[in-house]
Amino acid sequence: MRKYLWFLLVLWLSIPALAGSDRSRIVATGGASTVEGGAGGGIVPMAVLAGYGAKEEAGGALFLSALSTPDYNMQALGASWSWRNRVEVSLARQRLQHSALSEALGVQDTTIEQTIAGIKVRLVGDLLYTAMPQISLGVNYKKNHDFFIPAAAGAVKDSDTEAYLAASKVYLGGFFGYNLLLNGVARYTRANQTGLVGFGGDNNHQHKLYGELSAGVFYNKHWLIGTEWKQKPDNLSFASEDDWHTLFVAWFANKHWAMVGGYVDLGEVATLPDQNGWYLSLQGSF
Amino acid sequence: MTRWPAIIVCCFFLAGCVTNERTLYQRLGGEAGVDAIVYQLLVNIAEDKRVDHRFRAVDIEKFRQGFVMYICSIADGGCEYDNDSMRAIHAGHNYTDTEFNAIVDNLIRAMDAENIDTRTQNALLALLAPTYKDVVYL
Repeated sequence: MRKYLWFLLVLWLSIPALAGSDRSRIVATGGASTVEGGAGGGIVPMAVLAGYGAKEEAGGALFLSALSTPDYNMQALGASWSWRNRVEVSLARQRLQHSALSEALGVQDTTIEQTIAGIKVRLVGDLLYTAMPQISLGVNYKKNHDFFIPAAAGAVKDSDTEAYLAASKVYLGGFFGYNLLLNGVARYTRANQTGLVGFGGDNNHQHKLYGELSAGVFYNKHWLIGTEWKQKPDNLSFASEDDWHTLFVAWFANKHWAMVGGYVDLGEVATLPDQNGWYLSLQGSF
Repeated sequence: MTRWPAIIVCCFFLAGCVTNERTLYQRLGGEAGVDAIVYQLLVNIAEDKRVDHRFRAVDIEKFRQGFVMYICSIADGGCEYDNDSMRAIHAGHNYTDTEFNAIVDNLIRAMDAENIDTRTQNALLALLAPTYKDVVYL
């Protein structure tokens, strides 16, 4: 059965390609799917909305992502849908495998799962056509389904809501003639390791603002080389939490298929240091 | 691994040095090149259900000459575009965001068909993108 699972999942990703005619926004402007479900890069969201629907259309995306570091593996899958390039709703399910941590702690559980429901509204601007960046406001509701280890680590809540404001802009020809993508996010959160280790803690239980940045250069309209930085809370005395960095290459084959491959540096995660590894994401969109 | 960003940035710098002093109009292939792009754009539009009906009442030859002249003027081709302003031409038609994107899509495909390189395409699109506010929902 497991042999056919990947085949079935790729088949599932191809569903958006069945959408009749192509939607109208320019290829790559729907972004990739973040591991939290909404449109963006890999770990940092953007102001763009999923899929390729212009202001008279709807669009959306399905995605499948995997991340691997020396001591952790994570898979995420989810769906997003946007209406009239105004509002995006998304749903993602994450599964973290942490055998090394379980061994160190002497506990049975080896996975933590989380569900994330998101909504994002484009407030103003257009990624390509206005001098002002495209600015969107997003809200995520996160529910951690395996709270035993997070609670032992000192996390206070197993579910929480966070908000973020994202500004994104493509400067046409802005990098020696190549298109330059700049994106900044302010996130109001108290999630530990994005919620996989629960929310709030003994060091800090307040929502606070954290910064996230991404930048990329389009080699042509299909290939984007980029990098991300994500500032993180440090709420737990049990373990220090580091900022995350990624370096990625995204391939937008057309309006139905995109693939992202990257190198990730997650720093110390729940006492296990130097979690550097790789990231891969497949997206089907319309 | 940490050297990657530096190497990538260096590559783009070197690529930037290769750019010569030609005007955008010349990079688009001059008069013949721009003529061919606009002709291909019209072919693409005629086959595009999202926008073809918008051109039924349009004098295509006048549009073709006007757009060629407009590109020539904004791309330093030495032309004076003295027709109506973008805003005046488009006002009252309530052109949509979908239709604007469709035209951009068709223009990019026309430039692809004429083998215009990525940076030259970007330079023309950068000049055309700000016209969005003078075209859409007026």
